[in-house]
Amino acid sequence: MVQYAHPRFDASFAALSDATRRGVLEQLGRADASITELADKFHMTLTGMKKHVGVLEQAGLVTTEKVGRVRTCKLGRRRLEDEAAWIQRYHQLWDARFDALDKVIEDLKRKEKTDARKKRE
Amino acid sequence: MHARNESEPARMKKRTTVERTSDRELAVTRTFDAPARIVFEAWTTPELFMQWWVPKSLGMVLRSCEMDVRVGGKYRLVFGEDASSTDAFFGTYVEVKPYSRLAWTNDEGGEGGPVTTVTFDEKDGKTLLVMRELYPSKEALDAAGTGAAEAMGETFEQLDQLLVTLGAGRS
Repeated sequence: MVQYAHPRFDASFAALSDATRRGVLEQLGRADASITELADKFHMTLTGMKKHVGVLEQAGLVTTEKVGRVRTCKLGRRRLEDEAAWIQRYHQLWDARFDALDKVIEDLKRKEKTDARKKRE
Repeated sequence: MHARNESEPARMKKRTTVERTSDRELAVTRTFDAPARIVFEAWTTPELFMQWWVPKSLGMVLRSCEMDVRVGGKYRLVFGEDASSTDAFFGTYVEVKPYSRLAWTNDEGGEGGPVTTVTFDEKDGKTLLVMRELYPSKEALDAAGTGAAEAMGETFEQLDQLLVTLGAGRS
């Protein structure tokens, strides 16, 4: 039941499927930038840009470093033989699974509540 | 900045962590907002398990899932678009303690497959889940990593090239 070896198990394509994120990669290809600078450049809120950078970071395409109050983003150096990259993909898989599991659990909880209410009626 | 202060603790709580805990072991942890019996049910009921083990965003098809959840019972998962291109994953449950602990072997790769152990630890209505994959040797775990990397190789070649192109503009 491991399956992380399957090529389609990867969020990198999802990361690249968004025009803003591709733009961010291009931008970082030219120069490192802070989240604030990227948010300004792409006319987005800080929260919105943080989400995009988070997706890119999860996919190993971008790395960030916080110095003082500023988080600087740069292109990630993805190396396939790198254990860190492997762990990161493994992490993505489990993160996606567990987000889906959250939904299943919410459904079960809701169903339990409904059933309990029916019993009382 | 206020939005960030509010959203971060909420996200932190749900964060999935992955750690190589030893030469032979990987551990994944996550907290779920439900009692252990509900989380356990989602891991041991095929129709529920199928809803999350292969999230839609990953674009894979889980064709079937059989689970005989008791010590010595077998499971079998079959993936693939159609009958001609299927991949099966299978093994045996070696520990089954309702609501607290599950363990199974992963036998599809022959010898050297890991044993997966999942613990469900309930506290204040929430469940801390820890999933460990213990390989028979450091070499087996390294090989699993390398195998994963190789399987990804073709897919990622283009991506690597894109990054090289993007990076080239800077140097």
